Amino acid sequence: MTRFLAWGTLLFGCTFFALPLIGMTEFSMRMLREGYSFEAYRVVLLDERFQQTFSYSVLMALATIVFGMLLVVPTAYWVRLRLPSARPWIEFITLLPLVIPAIVIVFGYIRLYNTSSWLPLTGSYTGTNILLMFGYMTLSLPYMYRAVDTGLRTIDVATLTEAALSLGAGWFTILTRVILPNVLVAVLSGAFLTFAIVIGEFTMAALLDRPAFGPFMQLLGANRAYEPAALAVIAFGITWACMALIQLATRFSKHTQAQR
Amino acid sequence: MPEPRPGPLSRLNLNWLGLLPFALFALLFLILPTMKIVVGAFQTPEGAFTLDNIYGLNTESILSSYWVSIQLSLVTATLGCLVGFAMAAAVIFGKLPGKIRGGLMTFSGVASNFAGVPLAFAFLATLGPVGLVTIWLRNEFGINLRAMGFNLLSFWGLVVVYLFFQIPLMILMIAPALDGLKREWREAAEILGATASQYWRLVALPILFPALLGTFALLFANSFGAIATAFALTGPQLNIVPIKLFAQIRGDVLGNPHLGYALAFGMIVITALANGLYIWLRVRSERWLK
Amino acid sequence: MAYLELKNLKKSFGPTTVVQDFNLSVGRGEFISLLGPSGCGKTTVLRMVAGFETPTAGSIVIDGQDVTRLKPNSRNIGMVFQAYALFPNMTVAQNVAFGLKIKGIGRAETDARVNEMLKLIGLPDLGGRYPFQLSGGQQQRVALARALAPRPRVLLLDEPLSALDAKIRVSLRTEIREIQRELGITTIFVTHDQEEALSMSDRIVVMYGGVAEQVGAPHEIYNRPQTRFVANFVGTLNTFEATVRNADAGTLTLAGVDVALPEGGLQAKAGESVTVALRPEAVQLGRRSDGDIVLPGSIEDVHFMGSVIRLKVAVAGSTLSLDTFNRSDMPPPAVGAAIEVALSPKDLIVLQG
Repeated sequence: MTRFLAWGTLLFGCTFFALPLIGMTEFSMRMLREGYSFEAYRVVLLDERFQQTFSYSVLMALATIVFGMLLVVPTAYWVRLRLPSARPWIEFITLLPLVIPAIVIVFGYIRLYNTSSWLPLTGSYTGTNILLMFGYMTLSLPYMYRAVDTGLRTIDVATLTEAALSLGAGWFTILTRVILPNVLVAVLSGAFLTFAIVIGEFTMAALLDRPAFGPFMQLLGANRAYEPAALAVIAFGITWACMALIQLATRFSKHTQAQR
Repeated sequence: MPEPRPGPLSRLNLNWLGLLPFALFALLFLILPTMKIVVGAFQTPEGAFTLDNIYGLNTESILSSYWVSIQLSLVTATLGCLVGFAMAAAVIFGKLPGKIRGGLMTFSGVASNFAGVPLAFAFLATLGPVGLVTIWLRNEFGINLRAMGFNLLSFWGLVVVYLFFQIPLMILMIAPALDGLKREWREAAEILGATASQYWRLVALPILFPALLGTFALLFANSFGAIATAFALTGPQLNIVPIKLFAQIRGDVLGNPHLGYALAFGMIVITALANGLYIWLRVRSERWLK
Repeated sequence: MAYLELKNLKKSFGPTTVVQDFNLSVGRGEFISLLGPSGCGKTTVLRMVAGFETPTAGSIVIDGQDVTRLKPNSRNIGMVFQAYALFPNMTVAQNVAFGLKIKGIGRAETDARVNEMLKLIGLPDLGGRYPFQLSGGQQQRVALARALAPRPRVLLLDEPLSALDAKIRVSLRTEIREIQRELGITTIFVTHDQEEALSMSDRIVVMYGGVAEQVGAPHEIYNRPQTRFVANFVGTLNTFEATVRNADAGTLTLAGVDVALPEGGLQAKAGESVTVALRPEAVQLGRRSDGDIVLPGSIEDVHFMGSVIRLKVAVAGSTLSLDTFNRSDMPPPAVGAAIEVALSPKDLIVLQG
């Protein structure tokens, strides 16, 4: 009886989740009248704006990951090592982006860093790009911090640090040669998740008026029929790949740990 | 009482110095922008204190957009919690093969992040006017969804779309809590005469309550601030707060820049209230925890 | 007349059989221990009585009622689990009242019963505490009170002491037995700790490989183990190989010495080899009275344990443990010393199987 109910619930859920995926895939291949084809994908992939916006978003994602980790890893490490009393506060701040809507945050950016302000970031393209990157860092902060902090919890930060210090290592060496390799899996998980979030992000990019992949998809959706479905399939593929890479990284770490 | 030790001050300062980059980042890109909105909501364009902006929200169009947003968030969070809970419980307690659980968790990770513009496209291709399911139902069964009152671009259409990321989020958040239920609790209740429903009502659900509540608050905020999906689905005309704010930021459609601040401030107040309520209920329901 | 009857119980999980042909009659008010190593099937038997597992074959009868197919919640049985299993969201009093609440018993009666139970377990003032505020021993006592509150027909204890500190374990042993006697409740106690089983039970069922090896009172199990497994599992034991001379007369040759067993009758043929066992405390250092067997040996090792000194002695090609009391006027024997040991034929246990 329980089993029957369980299968039923699962089947219902799976149908709900499978239908849109099937729907978008089928629709994306209907561009030519004579039958299924990959015409929509060809059109999208050859579109110059697709190439431009997609590479822009990839670059932004990579920059977000690099700068985000530069900020999060030392902070999380330092809090665990020296300032455990600050942890509740840091955790509270890292969770704020889940509570304050992204559109409110970016609204604040626009008003705080406009051309007539003390830090006119939105005055230039470079400035706006930097602002957008910091925005993405804010959006991914909850996930990045959580991933790294969880990774740090599994190793004995204090002992590792003392051991390295006693062997004469400097702080930079400790972070890059001792701590980072030990939390690499956590960092990678956070990185892939950040990539999945940033690559299709719409609100911030649109309001800061940057040529990112998200606004491009929205624009295409308003004007075309079949290409958006192809884009959706591509976006879903990217998200799936990011999650698969996270799993792969986790599995890899288990493998290396077992050998120890 | 702090004991005066040689040089504790310099030591302390040095430690806190390590947080400087993070503090600066949080201040510049999280706290100050939010404060700017909050303060701006109570300022005239000249910078004087006023409550006019807040009063200005009291128009039928703005109030109804808040109401629709709150309803949308409540409905999708509730349904997301119910369905997500049922699915998570099914794979954890339903004696299903172990592989199914791993598969569902991975898929949930993907689907909870597959929000925004592409999700809208996926549903348009499925339940839109010429979508796969719409046409299939019409050709095979003669069911006309549109004639039956279903429209993807309506409130309930949006609910269906939002559930695609709300349900997986619930599954991801509640699964660890369900794993935390000990088999002995169920067996102890059973041998004391409790039926399955009595066990759930008196033991399992009260234990899960804090986790359920937290997930509900998160789902609420998640839906309340979401804009990309709705925007890609319906364009700028749908009357929910984030879309209204989006239009206001882009083109000052309200004709008063500081009314935009008030609109955004209202969003912060609602999510803050939801989370405050969550924290209060959590503290109340966790008396029995360490 | 048996109060609880387990008849031909069998339990298989797929191809593996974990309990086989298990029979047990428990009298009303009796305290029975199921003793055995982990994986011997003792917990499975208990879970079948509770109703968490359905027997593959056989039947369970309580007070004349066949409960084999009854669900756990309608058996009216109390159970205490190894890992406390108190409901963390309820206070001590609410935990104890749970079974009464389910039964629909009125408020006043419930309160009275809860107070009575808390007094019984010696924690009358802790009704308002939550489980996390209690020590392990206190939690387990509350679990006992919760199981007893609805006046169950049978009490099942699933290794209730194994998660506790050694000291509390011993004191709680006595306490559980006292409460059980006071209420006169029929009890099955599962444990892998022979000391617990020996000190608490009316009767012990020693289990191994899903089968009941021997059923008997603690002194019978200890003094007259019937199988090699029981002999080895319960207490320390010396074993020798002996050759049967005359099966009917019960005579055999042990290390070159002829021995006549007082009980006679051996189930073996003349010339066959049998294993005989002997408790360490049944071997004496030095000569004793007539009729004893005296064997020469040398001391290999000395363990001074306080009131008792345990010696390892090389005798007739094998090593033998023996206990001797400590005496303040005599130093313990030295390693390497040549000695004689004496043993009485009536203490010899012939092991079958």
